[in-house]
Amino acid sequence: MERRTVFGGRLLPVLLLAPQLLLTLFFFYWPAGQAVWSSLTTEDAFGQGFVYVGLDNFAELLADPLYLQSGLRTLFFCAAVSVLALSVALLLAVFADRAIRGRAVYRTLLIWPYAIAPAMSAVLFLFVLDPRIGLLGRWLNHNGVAWDYRLNGTQAMGMVIAASAWKQVSYNFIFFLAGLQSIPAAVTEAARMDGAKGRHRFRTITFPLLAPTTFFLLVVNVTYAAFDSFGTIYALTHGGPGKATETLVVKVFRDGLINQDIGSSSAQSVVLMVMVVLVTAVQFRFMGRKAAA
Amino acid sequence: MRGRPDYLAHAVLSLGVLLFALPVWLVFSGSTQDAGAITRGELSLLPSLSGLSVYPRVLARGALGGQPVWHMMAVSLAMALAVAFGKICISVLSAYAVAFFRFPFRQLAFWLIFVTLMLPVEVRIIPTYAVMAGFGLINSFTGLWVPLIASATATLLFRQVFVAIPDEMIEAARMDGAGPLRFLRDFVLPVSGPNIAALFVILFVYGWNQYLWPVLVATDPRLDTIVIGIVKMIGVDSATDWSAVMATAVLALLPPVVVVVGMQRWFVAGLTDGEK
Repeated sequence: MERRTVFGGRLLPVLLLAPQLLLTLFFFYWPAGQAVWSSLTTEDAFGQGFVYVGLDNFAELLADPLYLQSGLRTLFFCAAVSVLALSVALLLAVFADRAIRGRAVYRTLLIWPYAIAPAMSAVLFLFVLDPRIGLLGRWLNHNGVAWDYRLNGTQAMGMVIAASAWKQVSYNFIFFLAGLQSIPAAVTEAARMDGAKGRHRFRTITFPLLAPTTFFLLVVNVTYAAFDSFGTIYALTHGGPGKATETLVVKVFRDGLINQDIGSSSAQSVVLMVMVVLVTAVQFRFMGRKAAA
Repeated sequence: MRGRPDYLAHAVLSLGVLLFALPVWLVFSGSTQDAGAITRGELSLLPSLSGLSVYPRVLARGALGGQPVWHMMAVSLAMALAVAFGKICISVLSAYAVAFFRFPFRQLAFWLIFVTLMLPVEVRIIPTYAVMAGFGLINSFTGLWVPLIASATATLLFRQVFVAIPDEMIEAARMDGAGPLRFLRDFVLPVSGPNIAALFVILFVYGWNQYLWPVLVATDPRLDTIVIGIVKMIGVDSATDWSAVMATAVLALLPPVVVVVGMQRWFVAGLTDGEK
């Protein structure tokens, strides 16, 4: 949609755009360019400077079983977090959409966790599940489960999945509820009169109508799990024990900042950027089609 | 709904509410109890009133050798406000330029900004750090917030709002002799009020909740935000002063929760309107 009436002038719009463009240039394009450049170089043997090595860093990365394992781990983590956070949120939204007493209170009490930081969800889960001071963690150990997420990789993974999904439920809840409320009452009413029972009605009418919301949320949740969950994972396990919870972002951080392997870390950053751009492109293709339909 | 209350809905929703409230309640009760009891695992779900004195104590003096909690909260507050106001300002201006003017390279400028939409700071950690070091912004308050406002989400949202403003309004403004800046101030900003409020909540929470970025650019403990501070505390293996740590956690949660709950109406509408 283009407007017909606009203001004249050339200088003013440029001045208005300047702050954002400059910031984008300095903190986005420049670093991104640097990442691409360092991903193509490596430090020479004497540590004197950097030499151009072409795609060597990428070839090394893709041949590195540790990197591929981290990739698969990230996929699994993203899938688990998204499915968990989306299904719990949908269940709560469906019930919160019903005409019951006190639903405004329920809504507020389900929306507030939006304010919790990823790192804070780690802190809260630690206080619940720590094997020494956590209420649930101690209870598990008293009842014959050897629970210690600091030593057991599977338990650590389960815990970071739970903590990440827990934090994301309220965001999904807000969108599912808005989606449900935008379905005209006449549609569900008609189905009810046709004799469609609750669960059947949900499967054949409500859920398909929620598809655009669900797709949008799926993209957001996968991106959240892949990137924002860094705070949760790093605060809780530092990617450990061993590499049990080392997702791709945690690996970039560990390799670049702790092991100082700039070439490899930059190559990893470039791979992540390409992945995000692809996801965005897919999302916009889909959204564009939705708008056209 | 006639007669019988919807027991199933109440049961499911109550369980949901508890799922989120219980961990926070547990931490709050813990904060008011004797640290020794917590270490022994004798945590009670009932807070003790006399233990509330832990709050003034951590606010004034901190815990486990960290900064006083009031100081970390002040850094967090300043950072959250700077991110929120900074991003709203630059996005309103750039969206206004794109929506209400025609000038060369307008599309190019828009796309340059738009491409940054989905790229979070997490994927460009190392190179951004290098650029920051080049600017001498490591361990400075400016370095803490300025790079976080360079992204396209808010610009896109405002552009959407501005494009929906009918042409007749601009014509009327012109007739009154109002220039573009007066039109922005007297008409565009007031009608975008709800969107600005919604965005404020989202950005405040975003700024308050940052973790990776402050860890990266600010090693000086005087720049510790409250989120950084609490994560440092739980990382101390021999920690014993658990009630102080838990009190800090409660204080870290409080401000963003107050903002979200207090501005819930605008926030929910604004979030779901733009689907972003």
